[in-house]
Amino acid sequence: MKIVVCVKQVPDSAAKVVVENGQVTWGDAPLVINPWDEFAVEAALVQKEALGGEVTALTVGTESSKEALKHALAMGCGEAILVSDPALASADSQTVARVLAAAVQKIGDVDLVFYGRQAIDGDMGVTAAQTARVLGWPALSLVSTISSLDANGGRICVERSTEEGRQVVEAKLPAVVSVVKDIGEPRYPSFMGIRKASRAVIPTWSLGDLGVTAPASVVKWPQLENAPVRQVVTELITGNSPQEIAEQLAEKILAEKVL
Amino acid sequence: MDFALTEEHRMVQNMVREFVQKEVSPIIKEQDRKQEMAAFILPRMGELGILGICIPVRYGGQGMDYISLGLVCEELEVVDSSLRVVMSVHMGLNSMALFQWATEEQKQRFLGPQARGERIACFGLTESGAGSDVAAITSSARKQGGDYILNGEKMWISLATKAHHALVVARTNPEAADPHEGLSAFLVELNSPGVTTGDIHGKLGVRAGSTGWLAFQDVRVPAASRIGEEGEGFRIAMSCLDNGRFTVAAGATGLIRACLEASVRYAHERRAFGKEIGKHQLVQQKIARMVQSYDAARLLYLRAGWMKNRGMRNTRETSLAKWFATDASFEAASEAIQIHGAYGYSDEYDVERYLRNSKGAVIYEGTSEIHQLMQAGYALGYREDATLRCELPAYDPSYWQE
Repeated sequence: MKIVVCVKQVPDSAAKVVVENGQVTWGDAPLVINPWDEFAVEAALVQKEALGGEVTALTVGTESSKEALKHALAMGCGEAILVSDPALASADSQTVARVLAAAVQKIGDVDLVFYGRQAIDGDMGVTAAQTARVLGWPALSLVSTISSLDANGGRICVERSTEEGRQVVEAKLPAVVSVVKDIGEPRYPSFMGIRKASRAVIPTWSLGDLGVTAPASVVKWPQLENAPVRQVVTELITGNSPQEIAEQLAEKILAEKVL
Repeated sequence: MDFALTEEHRMVQNMVREFVQKEVSPIIKEQDRKQEMAAFILPRMGELGILGICIPVRYGGQGMDYISLGLVCEELEVVDSSLRVVMSVHMGLNSMALFQWATEEQKQRFLGPQARGERIACFGLTESGAGSDVAAITSSARKQGGDYILNGEKMWISLATKAHHALVVARTNPEAADPHEGLSAFLVELNSPGVTTGDIHGKLGVRAGSTGWLAFQDVRVPAASRIGEEGEGFRIAMSCLDNGRFTVAAGATGLIRACLEASVRYAHERRAFGKEIGKHQLVQQKIARMVQSYDAARLLYLRAGWMKNRGMRNTRETSLAKWFATDASFEAASEAIQIHGAYGYSDEYDVERYLRNSKGAVIYEGTSEIHQLMQAGYALGYREDATLRCELPAYDPSYWQE
């Protein structure tokens, strides 16, 4: 079983992300592996442990994205690859999907590609489906359980977690799978894994290495704004008796049309 | 000189931080109230490799360095002192002593299971009548054929009721001219006939930890379980303290950090006289002191860890780190309560637990008074470290990770 797990480096979930001068910034908050992708790494490792094979962590980003890859290595992935190219500076999700698809093809003979359900920075949640589309593989999104995986028969059966309930879906391999929380709590990096990760030399592939040119972004972000600050006015109602206070309060509530 | 942590160190720090914040932080207040260690703590720490962090892979450990041990202790004590205490006794006072003094056969037999977390280890030095005055120990180990017969009682023993192994110091030669020379060290398996253990309740702090006593009634200990030579017990015990104190220093540094983080958070939240209390200079002064203590304590323990990594004797530096960090953590916790006002005085906030937890470390593993005597002794030239027959091995990544 040859598995690729796609991860992304994002600002820490505790970071305060704001817009400054039309640009998104998170100050000096640390960058971490996208929390949803840790579930994807876990799912990939569980399958590898059950069926044998190898797991490669893959990302598109800058040099600093190697940190996210190292986290995946420390959790137990065998290999990691960074795709980095100046031409990808303002890539949208379909661009990233095309690049990831090309990298998956370059890795070769891949049976499964895992994704987290979405990245916590862009919150698009479409890269998995777009990658599947580019590859021409089935897209199994929002997967909560992998019920069966038959490498020889080339079939996978999963449960999808949808708003309406659960769906059981079967597909042929190779396939792209995006996972939700129920897939299983991600493990912590092990000390052995940490050591391996800190010494790992992670190859960087350029678009030239993949034999593709940067696809044009079709989504642009012409304007970014902070959420409007809500005006909150606090008023303390006083009176001589609880009755009086309650009457004043009731009048105000009615005047504000809350009730 | 390089003050930066390596990438490996930072990953270790993050991993342990994530574990304690996610799994222990939510339940610690309740465990402290119940005066009970949560049952999952020891198995989980074993499973994650924390219980064998700085022991070579060949002895069942994780093969990380001594600085990693310090960083782990700091992260553990940010959440609760009881977690760091586990590292102090299981690793610092026992496993590292085996790594330093035990024969190859003893390492395979005792250290391996301890480093893998299959066996929990504690340390039996203190007695009800012998604390700082180690030479006053009355527990005896009388030679009989190929065995020793152990009698006596050890008090204030962390993990007494949880441990499988205890490193026990007892008197083998009551006639020795210098009572220090009459002591020997033994690795006692606590399921041996004649061993009883119990917990002590009603402690001021570290209530989510296990502290108790060990009693030995004619316990037969094979000579093969004696650690080091006969008469080497005092020197072994002191070398154990060089390692235990290191973990205490690093942990107390974490406690200062916890006080600082809680105080900064509260100083932003709480308002008085029309502004957040962080804007008041006397609150700022307290916070500045905590910053100073944290940085100084951290540098002191990291220096000791760096010396251990290089195989340098660090008794003086470790003692200094332990004395400074524990006193400073007590002060930081007290000031953190002051910043929190009446709320800090109740267990609605964590800072009252920090104060209760901080006091123990000012007493155990060398009281602050003992450390002051040591430091003055070094400065005045009254004290010198004798070379040991077995020194703590330096960190050697290639050998440790084979």
